[in-house]
Amino acid sequence: MRNLILGFALTALFLIGAALSFLWTPYDHTVLEVTNKLKPPTLAHPFGTDQLGRDILSMIMVGARTSIAVAIVAVGIGIGLGVPLGLAAAASRGSWIDEVIMRGNDLIFAFPSLLIAIMITAVFGPSAVNAIIAIGIFNIPVFARVTRGAALSIWQQDYILAARVAGKGTMRISVEHILPNIANLLIVQGTIQFSLGILAEAALSYVGLGAQPPVPSWGRMLADSQTLFMIAPHITLFPGCAIVLTVLGLNLAGDGLRDLLDPRIRRAGL
Amino acid sequence: MSVLQIENLSLAIHGARILRHISLSIGPGEIHGLIGESGSGKSMTALAVMQLLPEGAEASGAVSLAGQSVVTLRDADMCTLRGATVGMVFQEPMTALNPLLNIGQQVAEVIALHDNLSRSKAFVRAAEVLERCELPRDQFPLTRYPHELSGGQRQRVVIAMAIAMKPKLLIADEPTTALDVTTQAEILKLIKRLADEDEMAVLLITHDLAVVTGLADDISIMRNGEIVEQGKGAMLHRTMTHPYTKALFSASGHQPERAQAGQDRALLSVENVTCSYALPRKTLLQVPERFIAVNDVSFELHQGESLGLVGESGCGKSTLTRAILGLEPLQSGTVRLDGAEMTGTADDLALRRKMQVVFQDPYSSFNPRHKVDRLIAEPFHLLGRTARMDEIDEALVSVGLSPTDKEKYIHEFSGGQRQRIAIARALIIRPELIILDEAVTALDVSIRAQILDLLADLSEQFSLSYLFISHDLSVVRRVTDRVLVMRAGRIVETGETEQVFTNPQNPYTRKLIAAVPQLSDA
Repeated sequence: MRNLILGFALTALFLIGAALSFLWTPYDHTVLEVTNKLKPPTLAHPFGTDQLGRDILSMIMVGARTSIAVAIVAVGIGIGLGVPLGLAAAASRGSWIDEVIMRGNDLIFAFPSLLIAIMITAVFGPSAVNAIIAIGIFNIPVFARVTRGAALSIWQQDYILAARVAGKGTMRISVEHILPNIANLLIVQGTIQFSLGILAEAALSYVGLGAQPPVPSWGRMLADSQTLFMIAPHITLFPGCAIVLTVLGLNLAGDGLRDLLDPRIRRAGL
Repeated sequence: MSVLQIENLSLAIHGARILRHISLSIGPGEIHGLIGESGSGKSMTALAVMQLLPEGAEASGAVSLAGQSVVTLRDADMCTLRGATVGMVFQEPMTALNPLLNIGQQVAEVIALHDNLSRSKAFVRAAEVLERCELPRDQFPLTRYPHELSGGQRQRVVIAMAIAMKPKLLIADEPTTALDVTTQAEILKLIKRLADEDEMAVLLITHDLAVVTGLADDISIMRNGEIVEQGKGAMLHRTMTHPYTKALFSASGHQPERAQAGQDRALLSVENVTCSYALPRKTLLQVPERFIAVNDVSFELHQGESLGLVGESGCGKSTLTRAILGLEPLQSGTVRLDGAEMTGTADDLALRRKMQVVFQDPYSSFNPRHKVDRLIAEPFHLLGRTARMDEIDEALVSVGLSPTDKEKYIHEFSGGQRQRIAIARALIIRPELIILDEAVTALDVSIRAQILDLLADLSEQFSLSYLFISHDLSVVRRVTDRVLVMRAGRIVETGETEQVFTNPQNPYTRKLIAAVPQLSDA
């Protein structure tokens, strides 16, 4: 329960920061003020300023938007395609449909995701959209596997037999009985993939393949600051902490949510 | 001197009282039956003897094993006692063995642990012990793995592990509950023989009075953590005084009042049905062989009749059930319901509403995410409409539950209540036939008696027919008009229930009936 609250608090901090940045940021993150560069944290600039004199707090707030957008859409692609594929594979277990779906997944798994992302950027040019597609594609087999594995065990339950006796078809049983019973796993996997998406976006931006300037991104902030690390450690520290705390918060929240969503555990009292 | 002496044992776990003032003693070579329904504390008593109590447990009173008090023992000393002085056999032979070790290794491990023997000597001893447990070496070499053995053979391995060190006390916790009746009879005989040969005391824990009365020297009846009655095994049914004991005895032999068999109209007719599964391929290009689970089975079930189907596990009962329900493709033959043939297509929906099913396991037959109203309304899919509130209420009331229960989740109910809900689900669309697939097997005797009464009532009230599938012959005898005996995919005997039970024709039926433990024999 403590983990859940901490996880939610960190996640909320990150979401509120991102939402607030649409309305207000302490400074305009596009305005350069070179005379004021590399200032350590002060009251006027709580996180200090970067090598071009931009306010780091403002950049982190706007950068959170990029992270969220990329991670949400990527997880959405993964769930939207992976879960139905996994359900279909479990429903037709052992048949050629199952084989085609799962071997297709293996095929995608066989390629390192960053390599594919680099390939996509090489062909279409670097952009946040391409990063989303690259990360999203690699979420599909993850969700398909989790879904299929969990669904297979649910298919063995007597209540599925009861539903079949009631004349319900495969589709209907999958949606009505299987999906709610594996939802907790999918939520946990979703939050983990969400945090991995944030990491992947940061990694792609770090090597220059994600969101392009002037759109701020945590990964690029790290890349830009690495040569100045010895002179002004704060410009590396704050984006780094933002990534770590967000990923930690999402993982804790996912774990806590799983417990909370299960009526059996909920009744036992947390 | 007694081997196990429990005096005034009380136990609380996190403040909840589990056991109250338990006293019993077992002498060498004696078998003591500890009987109770689930939650009565019989397994906790065994765990207290082994000092394997869960965290937060506080015990008071005295437990002594062969004159030595175990309550004051340190854990390290207790470890040498467990396995050497006390052996334990658990209910589920499928999970009590490590699937990665062969049977020789599992038994030798116990011996090597306590005797510091070399590997090869331990294996020689293991072979002897397995031989004593009727697993001769030429048929069951030590290199067999658990998955290559049947349930009864696995239970013999578990017993071999428990008696390998010639313990003074053997605790057997529901050792035969998961087994077929013929296997059960053999295992009980084995335990009896080992107790006699080794002068070993046995604490036999079970919920089944019939199992114990023929076997045990002494019997203790437990209820809510207390021993309500103790007595000599064979005499108990004559000397018993406590009302609970009497209730237990009458529930075990409970005979629901039923109207006699119905009309001649065939409601369900199964004609020459054969079902088979493809076995795994042995080589890449070979056509996989097929295992014939149901072999050319034909029978009829008449309107208003209660028909029993008995057989041991693996005989094809479940496959036949699923075939009748249209969940299993037929290799050949037809299933007719009320004269119309089931085709296995969507056209069957209209037919299927005449037939519903209740499964064995009250815990896995419900989607834990749905509330009761949604769970029991599921068969309305066959009618193509949703259930009205009053129909849900009525179904719940007819199985003895309250309409307010529909707002609850399934985990809020006990096993017996869940089985009532399962019956409500089967009943709600007013079918003519309900298939009861081991529907009372997992229930305690008193709950079972209530459910059997309920089924008898409902059958009259809604003119239902039942196909009663079970491996429990004594129950089938009491609730069915006619019975089918199934073995290895075939029906080997059919007839009026009393006829079959008093005068079985087929040798297999005779063997089956002879193996059933009888309360009246005691």
